Amino acid sequence: MVELKVDWKPRDENTVFHHPIERIDGVEKASGFAKYSTDYAGLHTRLLTSPHAHAKITSIDLSPLKDVAGVKAAYVFPQRAPDGDTLFEINWEGTPIAAVAAETPAQAAQGAKAIKIEYEVLDHFVDEDDLEAAAARGLSKPGRRESVDGDPDAAIKNADVVHKGHYGIHSITHCCLEPHGSTCAWNGDDKLDVQLSTQNVSGTGGQFAGAPEIGIDAANVTVNCEYIGGGFGSKFAADEWGIACAALAKQAGRPVQLHLGRRAELGVAGSRPSGFADVTIAAKSDGTIVAWDSHHWGTNGIKGGTVSQVPYVIQPEHRRVRTTGIVTNTGPARAWRAPNHPQACALTCTVIDDLAAALGMDPLDVFLKNVGISTGSQLSNPAEVYQAEMETAAELMDWRGKWKGRGQWDDSGWKRGLGMALHTWGGRAGGGSCTIKVHPDGTVETFAGTQDIGTGTRTCIAQVVAETFGLPLSAVQVNIGSNKYPPSGPSGGSTTIGGVSGPHRRAAIDALGRIFDKVAAKYDVDAAQLSADGENVVAGGKTVCTWRQAAGLLGPMGLEVMGEGPKNDGLTSAGVGGVQMVDLSVDPETGRVRINKYVAVQDIGTIVNHQLAKSQVLGAMIQCIAYGLSEERIMDNASGRFINANLRDYKLPRIGDIGELVVEFYEPDEQYNKGVVGLGEPPVISGGAAIANAVANAIGVRVPVIPLTPKRILDALASA
Amino acid sequence: MSKQRVVTCSINGHEESFLCRPRQTLLEVLRDVLDLTGTKEGCSNGNCGACTILLDGRPVDSCLVLAVECEGAEIETIEGVAAHGQLAPVQQAFLEGAALQCGICTPGFIMSTKALLRENPHPSEEQIRFYLAGNLCRCTGYDKIVRAVQATAEQAAAEN
Repeated sequence: MVELKVDWKPRDENTVFHHPIERIDGVEKASGFAKYSTDYAGLHTRLLTSPHAHAKITSIDLSPLKDVAGVKAAYVFPQRAPDGDTLFEINWEGTPIAAVAAETPAQAAQGAKAIKIEYEVLDHFVDEDDLEAAAARGLSKPGRRESVDGDPDAAIKNADVVHKGHYGIHSITHCCLEPHGSTCAWNGDDKLDVQLSTQNVSGTGGQFAGAPEIGIDAANVTVNCEYIGGGFGSKFAADEWGIACAALAKQAGRPVQLHLGRRAELGVAGSRPSGFADVTIAAKSDGTIVAWDSHHWGTNGIKGGTVSQVPYVIQPEHRRVRTTGIVTNTGPARAWRAPNHPQACALTCTVIDDLAAALGMDPLDVFLKNVGISTGSQLSNPAEVYQAEMETAAELMDWRGKWKGRGQWDDSGWKRGLGMALHTWGGRAGGGSCTIKVHPDGTVETFAGTQDIGTGTRTCIAQVVAETFGLPLSAVQVNIGSNKYPPSGPSGGSTTIGGVSGPHRRAAIDALGRIFDKVAAKYDVDAAQLSADGENVVAGGKTVCTWRQAAGLLGPMGLEVMGEGPKNDGLTSAGVGGVQMVDLSVDPETGRVRINKYVAVQDIGTIVNHQLAKSQVLGAMIQCIAYGLSEERIMDNASGRFINANLRDYKLPRIGDIGELVVEFYEPDEQYNKGVVGLGEPPVISGGAAIANAVANAIGVRVPVIPLTPKRILDALASA
Repeated sequence: MSKQRVVTCSINGHEESFLCRPRQTLLEVLRDVLDLTGTKEGCSNGNCGACTILLDGRPVDSCLVLAVECEGAEIETIEGVAAHGQLAPVQQAFLEGAALQCGICTPGFIMSTKALLRENPHPSEEQIRFYLAGNLCRCTGYDKIVRAVQATAEQAAAEN
């Protein structure tokens, strides 16, 4: 068989790939016909959850359910019911205890309300910032890492400038607009069909099958997810409420839908750990950072873990890092878009900004200088790439023209400021496979057990395959969203685009080689000279046959080829970086912040689709504005409850809150030649720190803890 | 159990009659009774706008409207926006401008936009942002939504 080289076409030879193509599922989404998990009908379900943050369940009585009309099934989550002296210990408010399925939502709610639960209420602790109180109650524990590089004490002692400060970033939740959940339907006693809102189509079937309540072969579980309304790292598992849904459906003998209510969605379906730190940083008078010494702490809930990767990106030669985890009775953490990075960036880049102020230097100069002298393994790019990106961002922001030191802005009323921060990410392709079928009429189908979480996975697959076969996008039918297709990895950690583009390109090239062999034999040409271009197979610029004629040579069965990945053949790569800069204004009377302009410069290797890539960055930018200014899980110390677990009080930015957003990809030819790298995580990392730095620049004092709510800004101004 | 009522109204230009209980929301009836699942449920308390529909031409959160209130009303949902198999200009603008990503908030945004442009065919950017403030998006980034609304308005102006 002719051996075709596995690589991407030269940049300027692409007609579909590397082009800003509209997403191919956009019609369904814009017309309301895209079906999400929540759109599949079934009995309605309500959860009964714990009102207590810390308690033991002493009794559960389901008997009142028999008097509630419309109730068709009830379920108690495993181990919740007392077993002799063994009582289930609830460790956070909102822990699911039971679920009721009924004909209508109102009846399900009545059923959940009728169940009688008795608790032995225990002391709780939810104050994630209060290290002292946690230690006094025995709820702090040393983190996994305490490291020393070089001699930080001596370096600090000998430095020209030393800055000390306290910094922090609070917990947030994933807050998916489509809540977690599924619709489950049994087909007989041993086949389960699940419409699951998931980032992990291929990996969740076994979780349903293996649950004792279900107890069927994994081969008999079908998991589908055509569309998903947000996941952000929180939807990788079947989850115990997914198992509950399947069990209720079995009990009722009818399909059941179980999706978390908004309060449960925010409370128990995933959160991002907080991080707080006391930091000492030291530098030479020319801005060279020489030492870092930090103790940071935070919580990921009852496990008592905390964030890592501090200091972030810029790694001084001499550094000491100590961590402490705090055990809290708060909802469990899950991977939140770029796990650890936004917190690590916030706890580092804000400190560097304060150091720049202490040095009397423009922070852009301090970042430019120090990114070139960092030691350690966090730099995903050569320093020159970061420096070029910083210069690009500065130009787009007119940073040099605008920049003024803290308190030096000539303004009255609203105070204006600039801030910036850097980030890094891996984005290596995840594991994945696919099948490509070429039919005798030349149409193409692809199959992969991946999912489109909004990234544009379908569209990118179509672009890769259409480009390879020289076909229009409409000739390729992309099939994803089922665990019955060849397995593909979960969509997390920016692994999907690399995870699907590599296998599909390899499979398409393989198929193309086989078709070229048929064409070569039929038309007596050299297969190695053939290419697919514009729905024709050509050799030396002359058409040999049409694509349809070529496909017809495959016979009535057509051709089916498998593709796998990742492989080290250059199609995909890893390691990206970026810089974000923010221009904002602060009202010192109210503490309100208005974003004037927000610039993101990002490298991501080979860009499959600029339009979709830009959307990823824009979406990340509004999430940065959210967690930078308003989004926060607020725990009430007295009750242990998450008191703003609704979309009124859990403050996310609205369309009028975002200002001008500018996205620029750093993409010289060496980036195109690098290979495909995932993009989901990196642009959501540095915006929070950039916003915090801009506020400090505007009002002249550091607001130490993110999000920078009006109250925190006013408190910082009052204490200045 | 409360008695079910028959409600007759116009939905996307067609007369429809349905049975509902007094406490059922319009959102629940649209999705569960009429299988019009394009209208999404995001919060059920009027804070996200995912369930926006037009009731007698005005945008409302259908999770806050009781179905029994809709007797004789004219209701428009996302399923009725495209006509004769063709996307409406506002839908086309959202698609071409990449103003949608995961898509769960898109029907609500499109319905609000439709109402805005009926009331004010030439809105300023500030007016667009003010009018759409009731619709929440977690992942698209909003910016392209503003541009899509502007593009729709500009196209309509060019055609008139």
